[in-house]
Amino acid sequence: MTLSTLHKVSTAQAPGLPSRAGLGLKSEHFNEVLQTLPDIGFFEVHAENYMVAGGPFHHYLGLIRQQYPLSLHGVGLSIGGEGPLNREHLARLAALIERYQPHSFSEHLAWSSHGPVFLNDLLPLAYDAGTLNRVCEHVDQVQSTLKRPMLLENPSTYLQFQRSTLDETDFISEIIRRTGCGLLLDVNNVYVSCINHQRDPLAYIDALPLHAVGEIHLAGFAEDTDSLGDRLLIDDHGAPIDNRVWQLYEQVLTRTGPVATLIERDNQVPAFNVLHAEAHQAERYLSQVRP
Amino acid sequence: MSLHDAFTSALLAPDQPCPDGLFSNNGADPASRFAVYRNNVHSALINALATAYPVTMQLVGDEFFRAMARVYVQASPPASPLMSDYGSTFADFIQGFELAASVPYLADVARLERLRVRAYHAADTPSVNQQLVLQNLQAQTALGALRLQLHPSLATLNCAYAVVAVWAAHQTEGALATLDPWHAQSALVLRHGLSVKVFAIDGGSVAFINSLNHGAALETAVADALEACAEFDLHQCLSLLINHDAITHLLPEQKVSP
Repeated sequence: MTLSTLHKVSTAQAPGLPSRAGLGLKSEHFNEVLQTLPDIGFFEVHAENYMVAGGPFHHYLGLIRQQYPLSLHGVGLSIGGEGPLNREHLARLAALIERYQPHSFSEHLAWSSHGPVFLNDLLPLAYDAGTLNRVCEHVDQVQSTLKRPMLLENPSTYLQFQRSTLDETDFISEIIRRTGCGLLLDVNNVYVSCINHQRDPLAYIDALPLHAVGEIHLAGFAEDTDSLGDRLLIDDHGAPIDNRVWQLYEQVLTRTGPVATLIERDNQVPAFNVLHAEAHQAERYLSQVRP
Repeated sequence: MSLHDAFTSALLAPDQPCPDGLFSNNGADPASRFAVYRNNVHSALINALATAYPVTMQLVGDEFFRAMARVYVQASPPASPLMSDYGSTFADFIQGFELAASVPYLADVARLERLRVRAYHAADTPSVNQQLVLQNLQAQTALGALRLQLHPSLATLNCAYAVVAVWAAHQTEGALATLDPWHAQSALVLRHGLSVKVFAIDGGSVAFINSLNHGAALETAVADALEACAEFDLHQCLSLLINHDAITHLLPEQKVSP
């Protein structure tokens, strides 16, 4: 039995993010989106890309926000960092939320800054009591500063720490229990991590507090091998969603019911209609579980 | 040394072994797993530079650019999560990068590309209507005391090489054949509406614009321009600024708004 089933959790469903398929908004597609107004449930943007004074990014996001629900997804807050959260960065996030009134804000269970250096990657955490306390304090600080619940995303990881004393799922469950934040369930990350660490993806999913899922992410991965020649999957957001991830998504939906689902593609971004087709596919799975 | 100290240091130094205390469930060498993170960090930062410096990359080729960027990334990783700012010292690094010395205008092209990125994301300060600017200029009795404030996207660059010609030759097919980079050239970068524009301007116009940006009145700015270049054409320079909505304030009084 996991911690999550022992405790009643205050749910942090994203307020108003529709239970539909959404797409990551890429600057390559700004014009096409505005000219064709495709039937997409919502758009998601990386918060840091819009932390600029002015110019086309704000111009287009302002216009697209008038037409679509918005999810703001942070990639630079370093919630798992050893040091304190960057208050300036938190203030910039608060200003963006004030400006665009997104339906959801999410960040990662990872670290990306250390001392004066920003490493621009989502780096792994040792799952022990000290890290748990620190991450919970940071999530509390984010939620109190932004005056709204956030969603925390489960990571893709490639190695493990001897220091860890908790399973990743127990670690995540405990953060959600203590802070009341929601879960951004990245099904591709689940698959990638479970292959890399020889876990059963469905058992991993069943060990999470699924009632707290406010959004799902789907993406593609790259494939490599480690020193033993075993499969090593890399979360690169640069490929179509794998069939195995679609199957896992279908299994997740039977447990959660319809949930806002994002198709993520950040590298080798294809034509808009290719991403739109993946969104359609997600909509088909969502419609299977609609009452 | 904390866990993240060790991780950070090993991520940026490929010669270092991977940090202690790591393992893989299948018993694989943790170094082969750590390599994924090291590669992710490097490739994301190098890709960010490649995106911000496309002509700089074309001038030396992908492979050279990426190798050069790798050295820069390891020496100067980002200091902020705002990746649009990353690389502000890249041109200075290129200037001192001996292996790139055979392309002497490479650093200047990188400087120009940095100004383009800055202009793209600069604040949306509204400009003064073109007709209003002209009326004001014509109606002023004390024209020399007038101060013009320019759009925050606007910047100039003086180069020993034909930086605008080099940059422009890489925007259209077949323009490289006639390119002559071996003369001095100055650049004006600004954002007009949503588009970033690059113009070749003379040294007088650079002095004029820089003087205005330092808060000088029109009379002083013209004197500075003429001192830099006796052929400075005020009408032509002002027309360029007015036609591209680059004037954001007209201040007849002896003070500059903050």
